Amino acid sequence: MIDVVATFKRGMRELIVHIDFPLLLITAAIMGVGLATVYSATYDSTHRMMSQAANMGIALVVMWFVARLPPQKLMGFAIPLYIVGLLLLIAVFLFGIKVNGARRWLSLGFTRIQPSEIMKIAMPLMLAWYFHKYEATLRARHFIVAALLLLIPFALIAKQPDLGTALLVGGAGFFVIFFAGLPWKVIVGLIAAGAAAAPLLWGMMHDYQKKRILTLIDPTTDPLGAGYHIIQATIAIGSGGSFGKGFLHGTQTHLEFIPEKHTDFIFAVYSEEWGLLGNGLLVFLYTLLIGRGMMIAAAAPTKFTRLLAGAITLGFFTYAFINMGMVSGILPVVGVPLPFMSYGGTALVTLFVGIGILMSIQTHRMLVKK
Amino acid sequence: MGDFHNADSDLDRFRFRIAIAALLVLLAFGVLLGRFVWLQVIQHDFYRTRAEDNRIALIPIVPNRGVITDRNGVILARNYSAFTLEITPSQVDSLETTIDGLAEVIDIQPKDRKRFKRLMDEAKNFESIPIRTRLSDTEVAAFAAQRYRFPGVEVKARLFRQYPQGTIASHAIGYIGRITERDQKWIEDVEQTANYKGTDHIGKIGLEQHYEFELHGQTGYEEVEIDAGGRALRSLKRIPPVSGNNLQLTLDARLQEITEQAFGDRKGALVAIEPSTGGILALVSNPTFDPNLFVDGITPENWKELNEHPDKPMINRTINGAYPPGSTFKPFMALAALETGKRTPNQAIADPGYFNFGNHQFRDDKKGGHGSVDMYKSIVHSCDTYYYMLANDMGIDSIAKFMAGLGFGQKTGIDIGKDDSGESKGVLPSPEWKKQRFKKPEQQKWYAGETISIGIGQGYNAYTPIQLAQATATLANNGVMFRPHLVRNIVDAKTGEERPVEPQPIRDLGLKAKNLEVIHRAMVGVTKEGTGTRAFAGAPYTVGGKTGTAQVFSLKGADYKAGAIKKELRDHALFIAYAPVENPVIALAVLVENGGFGAQSAAPIARMVLDYYLLGKLPAGAAREDATAVEDDHEE
Repeated sequence: MIDVVATFKRGMRELIVHIDFPLLLITAAIMGVGLATVYSATYDSTHRMMSQAANMGIALVVMWFVARLPPQKLMGFAIPLYIVGLLLLIAVFLFGIKVNGARRWLSLGFTRIQPSEIMKIAMPLMLAWYFHKYEATLRARHFIVAALLLLIPFALIAKQPDLGTALLVGGAGFFVIFFAGLPWKVIVGLIAAGAAAAPLLWGMMHDYQKKRILTLIDPTTDPLGAGYHIIQATIAIGSGGSFGKGFLHGTQTHLEFIPEKHTDFIFAVYSEEWGLLGNGLLVFLYTLLIGRGMMIAAAAPTKFTRLLAGAITLGFFTYAFINMGMVSGILPVVGVPLPFMSYGGTALVTLFVGIGILMSIQTHRMLVKK
Repeated sequence: MGDFHNADSDLDRFRFRIAIAALLVLLAFGVLLGRFVWLQVIQHDFYRTRAEDNRIALIPIVPNRGVITDRNGVILARNYSAFTLEITPSQVDSLETTIDGLAEVIDIQPKDRKRFKRLMDEAKNFESIPIRTRLSDTEVAAFAAQRYRFPGVEVKARLFRQYPQGTIASHAIGYIGRITERDQKWIEDVEQTANYKGTDHIGKIGLEQHYEFELHGQTGYEEVEIDAGGRALRSLKRIPPVSGNNLQLTLDARLQEITEQAFGDRKGALVAIEPSTGGILALVSNPTFDPNLFVDGITPENWKELNEHPDKPMINRTINGAYPPGSTFKPFMALAALETGKRTPNQAIADPGYFNFGNHQFRDDKKGGHGSVDMYKSIVHSCDTYYYMLANDMGIDSIAKFMAGLGFGQKTGIDIGKDDSGESKGVLPSPEWKKQRFKKPEQQKWYAGETISIGIGQGYNAYTPIQLAQATATLANNGVMFRPHLVRNIVDAKTGEERPVEPQPIRDLGLKAKNLEVIHRAMVGVTKEGTGTRAFAGAPYTVGGKTGTAQVFSLKGADYKAGAIKKELRDHALFIAYAPVENPVIALAVLVENGGFGAQSAAPIARMVLDYYLLGKLPAGAAREDATAVEDDHEE
């Protein structure tokens, strides 16, 4: 009898020992809001909501497995995952399938994969490992190598073209380099150089990318084309007012004015129905998530775990900020989903791999202490 | 950069950078919140007005569904417009009270309430659901006067599907019904979601399902300005819908009707094919059902009756019933023997009335045997012993290979149902099939003794009537095989432009003319001096045919006495035929479940079909069972 109880207790402990409850509760809260919003956005069939709920289940299982891997093991994945990711990106460049004018997918016969998704995790993992390895002998040249490791996949993804994902991957890599101690004068220099190179960059942009920036400055120049998304989304947000129009009562949403309303523009749906109050709550939840991630990073025991945790956490911020910024009309429209809210299984799994890594770093540190 | 590797200052520096990052995050979120305050508080009035002006709604205009006609233009499926009384449940406080209130104004039967409940369970959220269909003008007027009492209830003009021929050819035509969650998924999978806005019916089985996306048409839109309550104020733009394409079938509705009548209350199937194209002339599965029952949602009583009826009227026997072909298999076996060189036409056997294999005796129906039997006689008098020996000589692999070429044991690809998922494969027995079919090793082994009864169309053999008809048509067409199909033309409803469904030759079996000649001559012999003589007495055209009887009940040593056995256990009667033999325009397979001998009940139906199709001769009554045939022709 006692054995049974003991085994049960041990089993339960095993089940939750690598779970960080603050992180779990915060993400669960955001996902709950997300699920309700997907329901409202696709209200003529519950099919999407059910399948998003299933995605969440899968993502949580993935998170649970990742959280159990000790950071030592994670480090072992850095090089193989990065190389596989890079090779797949090259394969996409050479034989990828074109969908809507962008070459992002690789066909495996039975299914298609989007290799840039792997890079969202592989990039910070690789760079964190790199800086960890040369921790004791860090020289300026290491930053140059790191920059190359960052720029090659970035360029391949930007070339597809998928600017949104390129920004997320590039951001995750840059955060590692930043936390690794990139000198301030270099950072200032980069910003100055960026400003100087802006006209050059402008020349390199695709027409549709230029158009997005132009319409951001004045959406009314193209009310039926590129500006339509921004105009309708801002109308949705603005008409929501302080307290929103109420769940399922967003006219912009339900009269079909909001494009891609269950994916990239889901924030407009949410904001219309829940108003400034709802927005405040959501931004608060994201702040809590990022705060918890930073606490984990600050307490992490090794260089690798510190850099990784820091970069992943700021990655969540990049997602949330770019998405809400573009939907509310202060950033150009790039394809970035709202983390833990937008419909889509692949992105959700990637996000939860990130959460799993954070949990692994936190819980394994505590185990060592004990 | 000399102090990169001082561990303590390194950690401090990291924490400092984390703090900087945290500040930047707060700053960025602050900017976002500032933007939200600007949009949602300061500019709120402006955007609220914009949102309220933003009330241009796109109202879908559902296209007319394509009409289905037979080869002579007889209408099999069409649309008519009628008023329905519909309730939008989400806009109604209490459904019970509303319906009770409506019942005071308009006649609402308990069955209407039941159907409403069932439709509500299946329905997508927020759509309006009919409580009464086909309102009379008086009823529409009565409701209009009281409309103010019933928010969320309205009268709508809707197009209804109607099958004017009733039960005729219902298995081929199929029916439409309301879109369910599963249908919705189908629509999403083929990326037709936008085109099905406003559509609430979809093909469920048969042609209606197979040609769903031809029949449906392109949904149109009306851009209307609406007020805050969602009522239309004025129309801004109208993009008219494009009607669905009409289907013109190869089917002959009159032939179909006569054949269905000929079956009477007997269960069975008949497939008649034009050999040179694969076009289906008649596709009978008896008993049938009335597809009109399904259109506005079938009542639970009707559904129960159709589903639980012992004769199983909802099963399409032509593509889903698998039956042993019995002796109708023999001409194909004989052809196989000639093509593989196992027999010559004149090679004769001495038939003692049985064939011994190991310890088992395979019996012929005729006691004492047929004497000396060559290939011609083996078909004309349906000699079993000849085919026991032949099967034993050929071996199962060789038989299976030849029969696969004729399409036995494979889906024909007929245009019924979604893709070919509705069609059964049947069973073409072979050692490989047995290996896959059974799990235990001792069951997986093929025994040579099992090959023997394959030769007379028994054993594991099981084919659908459409496979048997296709094989007969291929034989009639001298080895060139076509995919059986029901649609001849897809017709643009507006321009009348016809898109013919080209006959698709599947393959040419490359059969030798002299071998075909032998089989054709023997099959003519069947109707002139063999088992089918009585049924075809006096026919002014030449017919190739073969009778068959498929065992349902395995007799162990006893004689078969039809009267002594319960009807469900009586043998199935079969007949295959094609005519005129010189240049066949029709080939068919008939099966009468529990009909006894093929010559007795199946052959008279075939005669009647051929008489009508070739001579335009109408039957005096339904083709009756030929009771006297039993005594004369029981030797099949």
